[in-house]
Amino acid sequence: MNPSPETIAVAAILFVVLAAYALFGGADFGGGIWDLVAGGPERGADARELIDESITPVWEANHVWLVFILVLLWTAFPPAFAAIMTALFIPLSLSLLGIVLRGVGFAFRHTARRLRVQQLTGATFASSSLITPFFMGTVVGAVATGQVPVHPTGNVLAAWTSATSIMTGLLFVAACAYVSAVFLVLEARQRGRRELVRYFALRATAAGAVTGGLAGATFAELSATSPYVFHRLTGIALPLVAISIAAGIAVLGMLWLRWYHPLILRATAAVAVATVVWGWGLAQYPYLFPTTLTLPSGSAPSASLDAEFVVAGLAVVLVVPGFALLYYLQQRGLLTESESDADVRVAAHLNAAAPAPAAVAERQPVGARIGVAAVLTALAVRAIRNVFTPRTRRG
Amino acid sequence: MTHVLATGAVNPVPARSQMGSSLGFHIILACFGVAFAAVTMTAEWIGIKRDDPVAMLLARRWSKVMAVLVAVGAVSGTVLSYEMGLLWPGLMGRYGAAIGLPFSLEGIFFFLEAIFVGVYLYGWRRLSPWAHWWTGMPIVVSGILGAISVVAANSWMNSPAGYTLTNGKISSVDPVSVFFNASTPYEATHMILAAYMVCGFVVAGVYAVGLLRGRRDRYHRLGFGVPFTIAGIAAPLQVMMGDVIARFVAHNQPVKFAAMEYVSNTTSDAAEWLGGIFINGHVYFGTSIPAFDSILVGFNPHTKVIGWDSVPVSQRPPLVTLIHLSFDLMVGIGVLLFVLAAWQGWWWWFHRRILMTAWFLVPAALSGVLAVTAMEAGWVVTEVGRQPWIVYKVLLVSQAVTPSGGVTVTLSVILVLYAILTVASIGIPMVMSRRWRREGPAEEDAEQVPYGPSSAPVSAGAGPAEPRGRAGRAERS
Repeated sequence: MNPSPETIAVAAILFVVLAAYALFGGADFGGGIWDLVAGGPERGADARELIDESITPVWEANHVWLVFILVLLWTAFPPAFAAIMTALFIPLSLSLLGIVLRGVGFAFRHTARRLRVQQLTGATFASSSLITPFFMGTVVGAVATGQVPVHPTGNVLAAWTSATSIMTGLLFVAACAYVSAVFLVLEARQRGRRELVRYFALRATAAGAVTGGLAGATFAELSATSPYVFHRLTGIALPLVAISIAAGIAVLGMLWLRWYHPLILRATAAVAVATVVWGWGLAQYPYLFPTTLTLPSGSAPSASLDAEFVVAGLAVVLVVPGFALLYYLQQRGLLTESESDADVRVAAHLNAAAPAPAAVAERQPVGARIGVAAVLTALAVRAIRNVFTPRTRRG
Repeated sequence: MTHVLATGAVNPVPARSQMGSSLGFHIILACFGVAFAAVTMTAEWIGIKRDDPVAMLLARRWSKVMAVLVAVGAVSGTVLSYEMGLLWPGLMGRYGAAIGLPFSLEGIFFFLEAIFVGVYLYGWRRLSPWAHWWTGMPIVVSGILGAISVVAANSWMNSPAGYTLTNGKISSVDPVSVFFNASTPYEATHMILAAYMVCGFVVAGVYAVGLLRGRRDRYHRLGFGVPFTIAGIAAPLQVMMGDVIARFVAHNQPVKFAAMEYVSNTTSDAAEWLGGIFINGHVYFGTSIPAFDSILVGFNPHTKVIGWDSVPVSQRPPLVTLIHLSFDLMVGIGVLLFVLAAWQGWWWWFHRRILMTAWFLVPAALSGVLAVTAMEAGWVVTEVGRQPWIVYKVLLVSQAVTPSGGVTVTLSVILVLYAILTVASIGIPMVMSRRWRREGPAEEDAEQVPYGPSSAPVSAGAGPAEPRGRAGRAERS
């Protein structure tokens, strides 16, 4: 039995929302991760301030994507939702704990005036930014490897502690850090903080490389643990995977060339993440749980799916313009964020304002950089070719 | 349609306790999410319209408190979304296709609310006064519509409708009947009014304390008057609504109503019990008004009121004493708050002044706590009163609960976390108000808040520093 068009449409909506959360929510988590590794209170102050400024007004709206995912999943695919929530009770509870601690730590960090308390709440915010994406990653890993039973009778530890799931968790953490660093480069540039542009460009490159490595490793793992998904990833979903890799490399290239175009750089990073999510979705098709639960047997009656379609339409009509407005105002600097430091510093900051126009003068070594980029691209192309040439597999 | 009444092997009490404490905590913050924007915007409207810096200052400070509460509320709301699946997979797996629909709509409104909260809270300085005021409007509207949606999901559990089962699986759904089930109009109105009462009385209560301490300046009178008026308008409507709803429950969920009113046997001339503890068929320490319950239900002493003997013991709610006393508490507080509001209304009508007698101000200062208590008691009535059903006469709690181990652990974690969050949600506004008082109104702009409007304009890129403090406000208005 083939999935009905409604089922496919709602599943597609689900994956659009998943991609949006991976992107917007992921960037916020990544901010927390960079906060965590920013170093001591003095050394990390500038970076932390930038992270804080760019996350604060949008954090909550970004968070709602997650609620949307839950709601879509339980309305459109109730059996799958119930099975995931039962079998993966532990990692989901831990990711929820992370969400709570993160919000709380973030909120209270600003009111705390003493440094010690600030550090404590800041550490809560930052470390929970690490555990939430990790455990969400293990959940996705468990689903993708088809280890979630359709009718679980309790926790299924093996599902989310497999090597693939753990690696997916790590991949999520790395991807969050990567997306976030790319966005922070642009935030820093927009605010004319040249040293922070450099700072985050370096970190974005490193995180990008780690993400790429982890993605490759997870991919290799999948060939053994989830042959169905692997087969489709190298088959019908290959174009999406290829686009993702290309976009990832393009971002690294742009960072290398210091070509920080606000729209193009953001969009390319977004494409790199979104296509991976969609590739995963396409690779699972037509299964909710690969090879055990199909879309038709796991989906709600058509009227519910139609209703979700209407809801999605409403979201496009109402939420998208609102979201656009929020980001427009935020980018225009019309939403002024709260300060994380005492008034004294505020005053000092104001005196120091009159920042140089954003990095324009950094263009000399472009030729050399293009050369290096070309070499790297050639290497990358070879690497991709090696990965994707059909290997002769024994057995 | 009714499932086999087999008790599941899993003890649902930890899950029920976790859901109860999460909901009980979140619902208070949700009230502020629904109603605080309207309160703040009223003050802002006065501020802009009458060029009133005091009202403007109040609005800005309230929006800072709102920032804290909304942030915590967003988190505790997410906890509830997770818990729907983590604790009740048996409910969501079987009926998610129906009960999920109102939640989906709620998602939209939550989204709109979150977006415009972001704009409203951070747009104080850079948006023009009226533009800023209008960015608050979507919060008010989506707060109300979101409340209707999410309460519709709860109503559906009381009056399940709009679906057909084939072999125990939902085979078709009528979204409109799911959303507008029999209980939705009653529960939604009740909850929205409750939200306005809780928010209004809590905020007014804070300033009543100030008035009691002798701070009777315009700042405190306005800070008391605006929220008290809003809550005071909701209070009489709530009393009328409550009366209508009680009659609806008597018809729709007679067993719940029987527990609320200690009607053990179906009877005419049913007595109305005030207070009292129910032990082994007797009510101790209670006062009864003969036949009054029948009159309330059917305007006639001979109206037959259905008792809980109409269903087998296994289908009766536990803890009838808790249900009855919660109901009495809710009704009692509701009436008391109505009287308070009416008294002030009377005084305002004839004297155009706020009552300054301690006889009024002391209960007014407590009105916030009372309103919260009444709302919590109301949720106890509706949720415990529905037991042992999770979906009334369709699905038992024990059939819905998760078989996964570890709920006791998550319950303990939730209790500890929420204890901390409660202290923080009350403590932070208190600390902020102390700082405001200490530093004087001119320092208001230098205040630090989690998600609040900025203390200083950090312009993105360039631009000279804007005037701060009073000058900045004067320029705005």
